[in-house]
Amino acid sequence: MSQLNIRMGRKAGVFLGLVAMLFSLLFAGAPAHAADDPSTYPYSIAGTILNDDKEVPDVKITATLDDFTTSVVTNEWGEWEIRVPKQGIYKVELDVTTLPAGVTMTDKGGEVSEADLTQTDFAAVLFSLGKSTVQAQSFSDQLLVRVWSGLNFGLLLAIAAIGISLIFGTTGLNNFAHGEMVTLGALFMWVFYQGLGQNIIVSALGAVAVVAAFGWAQDAGLWKPLRKRRMGLNQMMIVSIGFSIVARYVLLLVFGGDTKDIGGGGNIVQLGPIYTSDIALVSLVICVIILAGVALFLTRTRIGKATRAVSDNPSLAAATGIDVERIVRIVWIVASALTGLAGVLYGLQFQANWLTGFDILLLLFAAVTLGGLGTALGATVGALIIGMVVEVSSMFIPNELKYAAALVVLIVILIVRPQGVLGKKQRIG
Amino acid sequence: MDWLNILNLTGGELIGAYTAAYVLCALGLAMHFGFTGLLNFGQAAFAALGAYGYAIATLSFGWNMWGSVAFGLLCSAAFAVVLGIPTLRLRADYLAIVTIAAAQALRFAFATSAYDEVTGGANGLSQFGEDFYNYNPIPEGRYPLGALEFSEKELWIRIVGWSLVAIAALVMLLLTRSPWGRVLKGIREDEDAARALGKNVFAYKIQSLVIGGSIASLGGMVFVMSSQTNQPQTWGTNFTFMIWTILLLGGAATILGPVVGGMTFFALLMFTQSIMEGLVTMGWLPFLDIAQVGQIRFLLVGLVLMLLVIFRPQGIFGNKKELQFNG
Repeated sequence: MSQLNIRMGRKAGVFLGLVAMLFSLLFAGAPAHAADDPSTYPYSIAGTILNDDKEVPDVKITATLDDFTTSVVTNEWGEWEIRVPKQGIYKVELDVTTLPAGVTMTDKGGEVSEADLTQTDFAAVLFSLGKSTVQAQSFSDQLLVRVWSGLNFGLLLAIAAIGISLIFGTTGLNNFAHGEMVTLGALFMWVFYQGLGQNIIVSALGAVAVVAAFGWAQDAGLWKPLRKRRMGLNQMMIVSIGFSIVARYVLLLVFGGDTKDIGGGGNIVQLGPIYTSDIALVSLVICVIILAGVALFLTRTRIGKATRAVSDNPSLAAATGIDVERIVRIVWIVASALTGLAGVLYGLQFQANWLTGFDILLLLFAAVTLGGLGTALGATVGALIIGMVVEVSSMFIPNELKYAAALVVLIVILIVRPQGVLGKKQRIG
Repeated sequence: MDWLNILNLTGGELIGAYTAAYVLCALGLAMHFGFTGLLNFGQAAFAALGAYGYAIATLSFGWNMWGSVAFGLLCSAAFAVVLGIPTLRLRADYLAIVTIAAAQALRFAFATSAYDEVTGGANGLSQFGEDFYNYNPIPEGRYPLGALEFSEKELWIRIVGWSLVAIAALVMLLLTRSPWGRVLKGIREDEDAARALGKNVFAYKIQSLVIGGSIASLGGMVFVMSSQTNQPQTWGTNFTFMIWTILLLGGAATILGPVVGGMTFFALLMFTQSIMEGLVTMGWLPFLDIAQVGQIRFLLVGLVLMLLVIFRPQGIFGNKKELQFNG
């Protein structure tokens, strides 16, 4: 009971402390004119020393700034507070000789920390004692996990990148509005699966159909008339940028800016050191099947062969009796459907919002350019490389920079081998 | 609806500090695209380097205003050279992808927490304008200008911003009418012909990239100086696309185009936004709320960009024969 009272008392104390902090924040800037009574100093640094969740009393903590030094000892709950007279970045040191026998710092040098009081009048300083609780994963295991994620992400990118590649191959258009088709796929998956509560397969097919229809409409309503006007390709590229902005903000207006959880995470599956979800596994299998299907389509079917002929040389293809406009229309529908599928799978695994597609658009371009513009196989290889670079690089560089790493790889490849890894030698300069 | 207020706001945009900043960036892009034919989609990076260069020189190195401005210009010039050497040999559409990728990569680097002691990470930097405002000769107070009213700081940044626009426009006018400028136009029209005449096309392109980039970095400095905050998310692709819209609105291969284009663009944007906000508050647009009106602003940017390129690629002032997209 008394223990409980103390606990509650401490809670109340913390609460009062917070209130006091708020007040002092409100009136921060009021000059610190207090005399040299340390308890009236306006700024404070505090913390709690815990070892394996148990409080450690009687540990000496020292705060130093220039010629100002003061020390305190932790109380029976392991808490300490140092009041200091002026703003600045204080060096806070824990005296390791005062720790109980057998207790050590988690990290070597972890007994020295700093408290930044330049912006606020309160800073919390944490020291970690005892064994590290983060289980160290061996380098090879980490690498394996990263390679797995890279493969998964790369295959997803590949499906969307093939879409870009097919459209570029047949029409010469660098379509900057391609990312929005990824977004559209993911968000319509959300509508059908979460909103309307449909079965997952029906929802996926529905979302893909919506994006395919959008692709067809886009071509018929925008790009075909522009081709008829014989508009330059760079001009069309800028039109596609404008179109992508319009599409993106329409999506924002319709769906709102929040991030949608579409798949709910799925069930966890363990493969050796790799923890993944059943959704990711199924998605991987679907990606492989689709990629194989696209390869067969392009090499074995009449329409696929005609598509490649148009990619090679539209005039020559037209001269041999291929209806180029029909092929372009089919390519737009197929490419949009593939891209929509990529969006569906991406959304199921990673959640999605109105910016999802735009965020990965440059990765898609990187993949397509890396593999060699206009070849489907090249786009696949490029996408796998980009996926790997993104995931594996995050072992070595900050996580926020992993997309930047992929873009740097793109720039480097363009310098060394401008036609791409598998691209045909052509004049691109 | 308060028409007087709407007209006031619109008029304010005509001479706003942000407008001046965008106009400077658009002038730089006119140098790249309008006169040299470079499809640079990374203009935000040049502006960001100017802004970050200035802020970092002031905050981290403790330099004064002139040193900071010089450092910002140096950063963007260095970026132009580093970006230009490998990429200016590429075909136009590749150049577009690489420049946009480089600008995004740079923005990721500015926003990451790894270097936040220098760059401020995702929060960016603030309060670096003290030295700039120390040069302000205008005494403290409120100054009415027509129906608008400015504080001495607001007036100062506007005077400096638009003076820079005037200087940049003049410099560009002289440059583009010089023999050097004629070679640039020659490169834009036919690179091989320029090369056949013995011109070092690559060197001219780099020079154009550096000069246009420097003008844009001045724009970046004006942009962050008016609020004294510099955040990484400012320098996203939308910033670049806005500049393109302004440039194409006014006319790419003109000097007056970016200036009038920028003023027109922001005035129109503010005008439509205010009217829509008015309609929303009056309940005439029940499917929208006020926050969404701001989003429609960007939608309009995209729409204007599309329509311009399709129906009037030469812009307000341009000569259709002078606009080549090289593709």
